[in-house]
Amino acid sequence: MRLKCLALAGAVAFVLGGTHLASAGPTLDAVKSRGAVKCGVNTGLAGFSLPDSQGKWTGIDADGCRVVAAAVLGDATKVQFVPLNAQQRFTALQSGEVDILYRNTTWTLTRDASQGLEFAGVNFYDGQGFLVPNSLGVKSALELDGATVCVQPGTTTELNLADYFRTHNMKLQTVVIEALDQLLQAFEQGRCQVYTTDKSGLAASLANDLSNPGDYTILPETISKEPLGPAVRRGDDEWFTIVKWSLYAQLEAEEAGITSKNVDEQKASSQSPTVQRLLGVQGDMGKQLGIDNAWAYNIVKQVGNYGEMYDRNVGPSTPLKLPRGQNALWNAGGLMYGIPVR
Amino acid sequence: MATAGLSAQRTGGLGAAWRNPRVRGIIYQIVVVGLLAALIAFLVNNTITNLAIRQIRTGYDFLAQQAGFNIGEHVIPFAPSDSYGRAIVVGFLNTLKVSILGIIIASAIGVLMGIARLSSNWLLAKVAMVYIEIVRNIPLLLQLFFWYAIISQLLPNPRDALVPVPGFALSKMGLQMPALIYDPGQTPLVIIFLISMIAAYFYYRWARRRQAATGREPKLLLPIIGLIVLPTLVAYLVLGAPLHFDVPTFTRFNYQGGTSITPEFLALLVGLSIYTGSFIAENVRSGILGVPWGQSEASSALGLRRGQQMRLVVLPQALRIIVPPTTSQYLNLTKNSSLAVAIGYPDLLSVTNTTLNQTGQAIECISIMMGIYLVISLAISLFMNWYNKRVALVER
Repeated sequence: MRLKCLALAGAVAFVLGGTHLASAGPTLDAVKSRGAVKCGVNTGLAGFSLPDSQGKWTGIDADGCRVVAAAVLGDATKVQFVPLNAQQRFTALQSGEVDILYRNTTWTLTRDASQGLEFAGVNFYDGQGFLVPNSLGVKSALELDGATVCVQPGTTTELNLADYFRTHNMKLQTVVIEALDQLLQAFEQGRCQVYTTDKSGLAASLANDLSNPGDYTILPETISKEPLGPAVRRGDDEWFTIVKWSLYAQLEAEEAGITSKNVDEQKASSQSPTVQRLLGVQGDMGKQLGIDNAWAYNIVKQVGNYGEMYDRNVGPSTPLKLPRGQNALWNAGGLMYGIPVR
Repeated sequence: MATAGLSAQRTGGLGAAWRNPRVRGIIYQIVVVGLLAALIAFLVNNTITNLAIRQIRTGYDFLAQQAGFNIGEHVIPFAPSDSYGRAIVVGFLNTLKVSILGIIIASAIGVLMGIARLSSNWLLAKVAMVYIEIVRNIPLLLQLFFWYAIISQLLPNPRDALVPVPGFALSKMGLQMPALIYDPGQTPLVIIFLISMIAAYFYYRWARRRQAATGREPKLLLPIIGLIVLPTLVAYLVLGAPLHFDVPTFTRFNYQGGTSITPEFLALLVGLSIYTGSFIAENVRSGILGVPWGQSEASSALGLRRGQQMRLVVLPQALRIIVPPTTSQYLNLTKNSSLAVAIGYPDLLSVTNTTLNQTGQAIECISIMMGIYLVISLAISLFMNWYNKRVALVER
């Protein structure tokens, strides 16, 4: 199997390529000399990372990769996308196969502390939900005692599911298949009565994968907190800081009202010190990060601010139809809080 | 060069030793082993250093931690609150379960189809040929998807499950069956059953010896069935029918209780057996063809029937040829069972991979997995080698 090979390759990379990794120096140098950011993304999840009919990667995670490329290389197109499944992702990052893991990955303590990686922030606040066929006649997740649930292996989803059923003393049967299309096929054929993943993922499957989306309902319960964000390899603080701040730059831009449409005008004429600092008119924010001073300008110009990126990929006007909700800015009732760029 | 050689010759030192091929061979070996050891030491050290730099947890402590995930089917009890170690054991037992059953079924299919392909019945031979040529030439993974799709497509939803016999329910959730509930009152029953089995075995041996001595064939089938069934039945009634079953009942979504065969297991078992069976069939055919035709003619001249010829004369000789390549097929079946991960059967690979991903300890998990597969394969090899010695031609 492919995943076995990759895990094995990862292990081998540790064993053989170790010296190389240890002496390769900061990721930033490697990215600059390569002229591209290697970014690990989901193999196919609408709204997050999915190749379109022209083979161009779309989605909020794919755009996250572009944001880093725009900040570091000044060109958002200089990204090499590496599609990874849930089981390959950490090994790929640990072994240096990718520079960033931008793959709707939940930030947890275990992952942060013991798996050789660090989360640089949250680009989407999600929560786990349940999708059921209407014919089942279920209105709440608490009614699911004894149901068979389809879930992907090696995810926090799988753990939350077992926790939830244990907490509510319900009997759980699972069907665990790694490939999403196979899993959804089992769900559609009725091998399992419930499909569970992050609610954004449920919306994506309804929009994209299921042949009769009208026959299914997402149950109201959200059973977990799933802060999704980019992760980088441990031990390269410089790169970690760049990834973290390129995310904040997008939030700051949205808060300051800078969009990809008006960014040139703002750069030329805005008198606001915040805007001037962010866009590199004043100060040396980019230089402090070790990258071009126009880093945030490039991000907003080429990819857009956070709100634009959200609306384009997962917002109400897309097939996913996800309202901003907790992903709105802090001053609009959400959780997205850009740390000041100063 | 010459002077150095001369001086070495005079002193009888290193140079002389170097010209001795035996000594030279030993030196080469020491150098190779030394280099290999150095390489391994370098790799291990490098790995440990790099893991430490990235602060990745190492060691096997995680095996005692709570797994937290559910496993769809298990031979021994398993709950998410059990440890990763137990989860891996559950996966290991699932692999063993499907491998052992698969080997038995594949062997049966293989022998039948191998013989059928050599049958003088045209239709039978062609059916066997078509089976072998189709199944052998399609990738196993595709076949597994095919069986899984067929099983989950054809069977009804649990609400409309097929109930052939009360207590049994066949649906997309698999075959639900009653399970025996343990009762201390069953112990004498089990003991009596075992004793009657042993008695039946001794009767069989006595009957064979008598046949060898007198040439008369004693009745076999009826006495043996009687020996096994009667005492157990009497004991069952005397003890007051101590067998109780946990019968599956339909709750809101599924049948609960009892025991079950899941579609994943069934698809994997069917796929592996049919696939490997086709290879074994070819081994059997080659084995039979490897026995000289004269053997069949001679046994025929002695008055043996066709079935007897095959069973008593041809197959025992053919086994010498069949067993070694079939051992490889058994090993293949066991290793191919790891494709289970694609159709959601929680085998060793699937469970260990989940563990790997939840703990992030790739090197440890992969080493465990490789170790276990190696042990299973070596055990099969040892058993088959022993069996091969038994059936091998004993030359006097």
